Amino acid sequence: MCLGIPGQVVELIDSEQMMAQVDVAGVKRPVNIACIVDEHHPPEACIGDWVLVHVGFAMSRIDAGEAARTLAILAELGDLQEEQAAMHEGAR
Amino acid sequence: MKYVDEFRDPAKAKALVKEIAALREMITPHHQTPLQLMEFCGGHTHTIFRYGIEQLLPDWIELVHGPGCPVCVLPMGRVDDCVALAERPDVLFTTFGDAMRVPGSKKSLLQAKAEGADVRMVYSPLDALQLAKKHPDRQVIFFALGFETTMPSTALTVLQAEREGIENFSLFCNHITTVPTIKAILDSPDMRIDGFLAPGHVSMVVGEQPFRFVAEHYRRPIVITGFEPLDILQSIWMLLQQMADGRCEVENQYARVVPSRGNSPGLDAIAQVFELREFFEWRGLGSIDHSGVRMRPAYAPFDAEKKFAVPKLRITDPKSCQCGEVLKGSIRPWQCKVFGNACTPESAMGALMVSSEGACAAYYNFGDLQELLQRREKEAIPA
Repeated sequence: MCLGIPGQVVELIDSEQMMAQVDVAGVKRPVNIACIVDEHHPPEACIGDWVLVHVGFAMSRIDAGEAARTLAILAELGDLQEEQAAMHEGAR
Repeated sequence: MKYVDEFRDPAKAKALVKEIAALREMITPHHQTPLQLMEFCGGHTHTIFRYGIEQLLPDWIELVHGPGCPVCVLPMGRVDDCVALAERPDVLFTTFGDAMRVPGSKKSLLQAKAEGADVRMVYSPLDALQLAKKHPDRQVIFFALGFETTMPSTALTVLQAEREGIENFSLFCNHITTVPTIKAILDSPDMRIDGFLAPGHVSMVVGEQPFRFVAEHYRRPIVITGFEPLDILQSIWMLLQQMADGRCEVENQYARVVPSRGNSPGLDAIAQVFELREFFEWRGLGSIDHSGVRMRPAYAPFDAEKKFAVPKLRITDPKSCQCGEVLKGSIRPWQCKVFGNACTPESAMGALMVSSEGACAAYYNFGDLQELLQRREKEAIPA
């Protein structure tokens, strides 16, 4: 639950509800982007952003290098697969 | 056990450990030995054990594993409340997977589910909201737990439920707060902590400012820390460097994720939906002032505590448990009388054995159990 998992915003689903499709190492799921949006960074600008996702909410924008490093370490610890399975389960 | 050496730029790790060791002359004359540094966050505890960071450090540095695992510190009475809610025939109870196995005084949520209660694991509070839309005839309750890291997500979900007019969705709010808890540790009379590694993802939400009191009022250095093994080593080095320079500051090692002002949309959502409770009960630490939040009266229609009769059971921790002492660093996990015999991950008595991120479970799973138990026995013989 406390684990953040990096993903890339691939498309907007609903800019009013602040929902976007995020790709987490190949698993896509809807994620809320309200916490990474502000007047200088509208929902449309989020496409392509690398973000840290916590329980279905993008909580921080990160750079691609940080995303890759974090994904590698999560995979190493076996946490990536677990988190992806939970995401997939929750999306159904 | 995996060691840093096997991964992630071993040369860098070695260099850091060397630099840490080199600070000894500057530090030990002015501080207790061993020096005690506390990592608050269960995620940090996890990294420390998975990568054997304690074994890399010189013996004059001791890591104290703090109470930052929200699953571990959940009082048994709260789990009983969850079970009572989940067993109502009109309720569909949703929870993060982490909380399923936490023992209540009679059963866990997993056992309640096996006995027929409708308990479902969800990845996100948004999944719980989806279930509420899908099952308008059921009362869907989401078990909201976690520190400030997960608070924005539940707050935003409630705001969405309100916008969409979804009336069969509510939170059983058990969110807890970091800062009052660090303060309670600093105020406890047997506290000996010399410096803190502050939780990275809590800080991502709340920013640097809330931790200033640790440096300014309590004169302890504190460093916001990331979750890779090198992050932890670097933060330890930063803490020691502050001590060597005679500084007490909030520093941010994890600036690549943590903005110094935190996350404003997240903080706004928290402030809109939640307010501080006068006190909150923790497993192992007892009652701590202002250490939890509840929903504001305006959101009562989404508050399971207002909507349903929650028994609010209070179950005292088993007397033989010494979780509180372990959390404050006054004893090491394996020095507790019940560690490894009456209290194991399979049948946990104490908070810290409950989740894999708890300090006792980490020692049990990653340490040399026989050696630890022998050490306890030896030390117990009166001199």
